[in-house]
Amino acid sequence: MTARRLTVDDELTIITAAEHRERLLAALADGEGVRIDLAAVGDIDTAGLQLLLLARREGDRLHVPVEFVDPSPAVTEVLALTRLEL
Amino acid sequence: MSLDDDMREALDMFVTEARDLVQGLEEGLLELEDQPGGGETVNAIFRAAHTLKGSSGLFGMRHLVEFTHVVETVLGSVRDGTLDVSPGLVSALLPCTDHISSQIENLAAGQMEPDSSQAAEGMRLLEGLNPYLQNGMTTTGSEKVAEEAEPAQRERSWQLALNFGPDCLRNGMDPLSFLRYLSSLGEVTDVVTSVEALPEADAMDAESCYLSFDVTLVTAAPKSEIETVFDFVREDSDIRIVPAESELDAYVRAIRAMPENDRIGDVLITSGAVTELEMEEALRLQQERAVRQGTQPEPIGELLVEMGIVQRDIVDAALARQRRTTETRSHDNRTIRVDAGRLDKLIDLVGELVIAQSSTGISSSSETSEAQAEVMRLVDEVRHSALSLRMVPIGTTLRRFERVVRDVSMELGKEVSLVITGADTEMDKALVERISDPLLHLVRNSLDHGVEPPAERRKYGKNQQGTLRLNAYHDAGNIVIEVADDGRGLDRDRILAKAVERGLVAAGTPLTDSEVYNLIFEPGFSTAETVSNLSGRGVGMDVVKRNVTSLRGTIEMDSTRGIGTTIRIRLPLTLAIIDGFLVGVGTSSFIVPLDRVTECVELPPGPPGRDVMNLRGEVLPFIRLKELFTIPGPPARRQNVVIVEQSGQRTGLVVDSLLGELQTVIKPLGILFSRVRCISGSTILGNGEIALILDVGPLIADHSDREQTRQAA
Repeated sequence: MTARRLTVDDELTIITAAEHRERLLAALADGEGVRIDLAAVGDIDTAGLQLLLLARREGDRLHVPVEFVDPSPAVTEVLALTRLEL
Repeated sequence: MSLDDDMREALDMFVTEARDLVQGLEEGLLELEDQPGGGETVNAIFRAAHTLKGSSGLFGMRHLVEFTHVVETVLGSVRDGTLDVSPGLVSALLPCTDHISSQIENLAAGQMEPDSSQAAEGMRLLEGLNPYLQNGMTTTGSEKVAEEAEPAQRERSWQLALNFGPDCLRNGMDPLSFLRYLSSLGEVTDVVTSVEALPEADAMDAESCYLSFDVTLVTAAPKSEIETVFDFVREDSDIRIVPAESELDAYVRAIRAMPENDRIGDVLITSGAVTELEMEEALRLQQERAVRQGTQPEPIGELLVEMGIVQRDIVDAALARQRRTTETRSHDNRTIRVDAGRLDKLIDLVGELVIAQSSTGISSSSETSEAQAEVMRLVDEVRHSALSLRMVPIGTTLRRFERVVRDVSMELGKEVSLVITGADTEMDKALVERISDPLLHLVRNSLDHGVEPPAERRKYGKNQQGTLRLNAYHDAGNIVIEVADDGRGLDRDRILAKAVERGLVAAGTPLTDSEVYNLIFEPGFSTAETVSNLSGRGVGMDVVKRNVTSLRGTIEMDSTRGIGTTIRIRLPLTLAIIDGFLVGVGTSSFIVPLDRVTECVELPPGPPGRDVMNLRGEVLPFIRLKELFTIPGPPARRQNVVIVEQSGQRTGLVVDSLLGELQTVIKPLGILFSRVRCISGSTILGNGEIALILDVGPLIADHSDREQTRQAA
């Protein structure tokens, strides 16, 4: 069973949120587990953060492992700001 | 420094108020010494000091501001519970109240700053407070005053509940950027991000905001500044900023220390716990609900708590502050200060009204006489209430002796507690002021001579602590003030021996106990074996008696050996009215104070020019008022003698007619007549004529002087 790798490119903001949400849910629906690569995230806002949180919760609900890898500095900063861990 | 009229007026008000405050301060301190736990008392004296400081600041009395500031700081520690009330502390603070008081009197006399000796005294007193100042605070007040003036500079901890509206992202507002911005205001010590509102994946709209944050921010910025951060999202978000739990006590304390205010909103806003914006919002909501539900507006405090703007503890503290304010306000409303001169003027007018009215009293028809009677009744009531305006409770004066008792008994090494009863008893304000000195002397005398030292008390099986009682009550149109101690009582034999030695009485004269005791009031009498600096110099008791007599009062002494002594002063309720005895001489009328009159007899026929008569075998000298006042006209066919008594000496006053008793309002003589002796005042009679009130004391004294010179010549 190999987790699907999902790379989030440059922007994880309200502008791309809807699009990302579809991708994310589709990946989760596979049931194989998802590895979300955050290395390339240059910009993240609340909408983006919500999506990450949603992904984790959906994973828990569907018993699909969700892993976040390589958070970029932008992501780390937001996590620190909100005292959240992924 | 010259003061213009407005300033002068404000200053007068300040002085009056400040005197009360100092008095309150002193009373509070003494009360605290007795009952160290009195939270209300602590608050009251702290407020008194605070108000004093504030008001003196308004008048630019730098010395007083700095001095009072230190006192206030010490009291503040007491209030916060970090300093306990000890006799030492009270002893250090009491002289400070004296100092403040003397500064205020200086101000009243137009001197703004203390002279060098007073300033030195102030410094010395403040040094005495040093041990009670915490954290090695120095006693130079000015910089601390400044510090306190801007409490907003302190760092405070805030709890922010940020629930952003779902559309904020679409509106271009990113909650994260608000979080970032907060860090620029201060230190964000904690953030709890809540994802609870995040719906199921299917229902989630990626462009709506679902996150909410609870942020703890430590910042020196005032609440209003934090508030402005959220100006752009306020419309559709729910932003609550409340003081952090850890700060509650600080707010509650700050609110308690605040100057009085009758609007809870102002208290809360000043404390910094609520911003004006929030208050506006709450008020708007309050009104809206009241209109919608058609009910009484909800208390704004409740609403603020409900809205999550401020915690209940803070609202409660503010409410307490407000309630206290309401209490003092309503008390203020019950009492107003009136210039004594205006009051006198009113009483004077009412007096004339009474007189004018009684001269219209004769009427024929029954209808008008009924109306007349009603007018008469009303006028009488007006007179009564006008006179009662001058009445003040004697308690304020009596309570002043707490300090005296404390200081004197300490000085003498005695333990004495003061018990005051009947503090509500009312008497004429002028009398209260004039009786205060004689009372002071009596109190000192009792402490000095009456109450025994602890060792002696123990020896006789008495409670080591002596008791001094001050009691006041009304009795048959008089006020009675008692000074009672449970000391050793008077020594009848010694008093008598001394009186004989001083030639006050002949040896072997049979005297009752009370006659013996009253010898103490004779001039030049003192039985103290050791002359202390308090009393016992032989001046005093006779002066006390003279003062009381001049107030138309009497004084008597009651004592039981080994049990105690009671001194009873009996005074008329007011000096404005006199019970008089009206007599006629020729066409003139005179009033003799009724309490001086012992009896009236007809003038026995005798050779003219001999001014003595035989009264039941005793020689009675008399004064012919007709001659004394050179009243023209032939003497009446039958003349009467009004016998008056002054200092045990009886004298007759020869008059033409006896016109009976009357109660009358005394009108003082004008300045022009201020040097006239034998006349103490005047009054207007029902028929519009003037009657002069005789001053019996000088009348008799002058007469015997004249007699002596005549005999010598």
